[in-house]
Amino acid sequence: MRYLVLTGLLIGALLTLPLLVVALIVAGEPLFGISGWQWRDFLFALFGVILLVAGLAVVTMRDIIRCGLAMIVCFAALAGLYVLLGAPLIAATQVLVYIGAISVLVLFAIMLTQTKAAPTRLVFQSQAPAAAVAAVILAFVIGIVVVGTAWGDVSAVVSTATDTLAGVLFTDYLLPFEVVSVLLLVAVIGSVYLAKRDEESGG
Amino acid sequence: MIADSLDGYLILAGILFAIGTFGFLARRNAISMLMSIELMLNAVNLAIVAFGAFVPGLTNDASVIALMVIAVAAAEATVGLAIVIAIFRNRRTPLVDEYHAMNR
Repeated sequence: MRYLVLTGLLIGALLTLPLLVVALIVAGEPLFGISGWQWRDFLFALFGVILLVAGLAVVTMRDIIRCGLAMIVCFAALAGLYVLLGAPLIAATQVLVYIGAISVLVLFAIMLTQTKAAPTRLVFQSQAPAAAVAAVILAFVIGIVVVGTAWGDVSAVVSTATDTLAGVLFTDYLLPFEVVSVLLLVAVIGSVYLAKRDEESGG
Repeated sequence: MIADSLDGYLILAGILFAIGTFGFLARRNAISMLMSIELMLNAVNLAIVAFGAFVPGLTNDASVIALMVIAVAAAEATVGLAIVIAIFRNRRTPLVDEYHAMNR
């Protein structure tokens, strides 16, 4: 219970942090007088650490409800990173869709599939050590590739103007937009059909 | 500084993707595996938005692609969780290593 309250406080603080980010970026103040370190660098480090710690908590924690709550924290930190990257519409969509819809869906599924009969003695499969080695190697390979590639002239963050984005979305990308909406409808109908109880088998 | 470098965001996305890979390979609970897939999709999304923010010609296209990824991830989560619930109704367990009907 104590952990749940703490997690709730953390989530509340994280949900208000994007506003703080916007205010600080607009102000553009240097951080505590340290030369070269702006507030956005500090916030990048903060959100990055929260993101990675919450991500590790999602995959390692024993209680699956807490995994779901850690996933919400992870998504909120990602929304902050999107604001730092100058994409406020993506950040808002992240909060609405991931925190508002997908997390709630996952938490409901956890509640529907938890049984007292199935003990949570073993969280990991027997292949977990090999998976850990493979994941660390994957992270290192991605890091080496990222650092070793010359990305060209990438020095400044370009903000996304929401009205331009809307124009592009409804002219150039109109067909993908409609296809995605049909896909969502198909997914909703299909999941209702899959999760429905069969009357004849009484299941 | 670090918040204005593409490398920082890409490395962050790479580490998050690796964490998601580990969770997908190592967890026993099917819902934990779905949550790990969500982490991986979010990592890819972060990389897409980072490229869009730092390459001026890509800004709008990257945002549109990120929105599409979020929508497809929502559809994937819906169907995946419905499948997990349907299997749970038959087998009475959410643990994937106990789904061994093909073994016998």
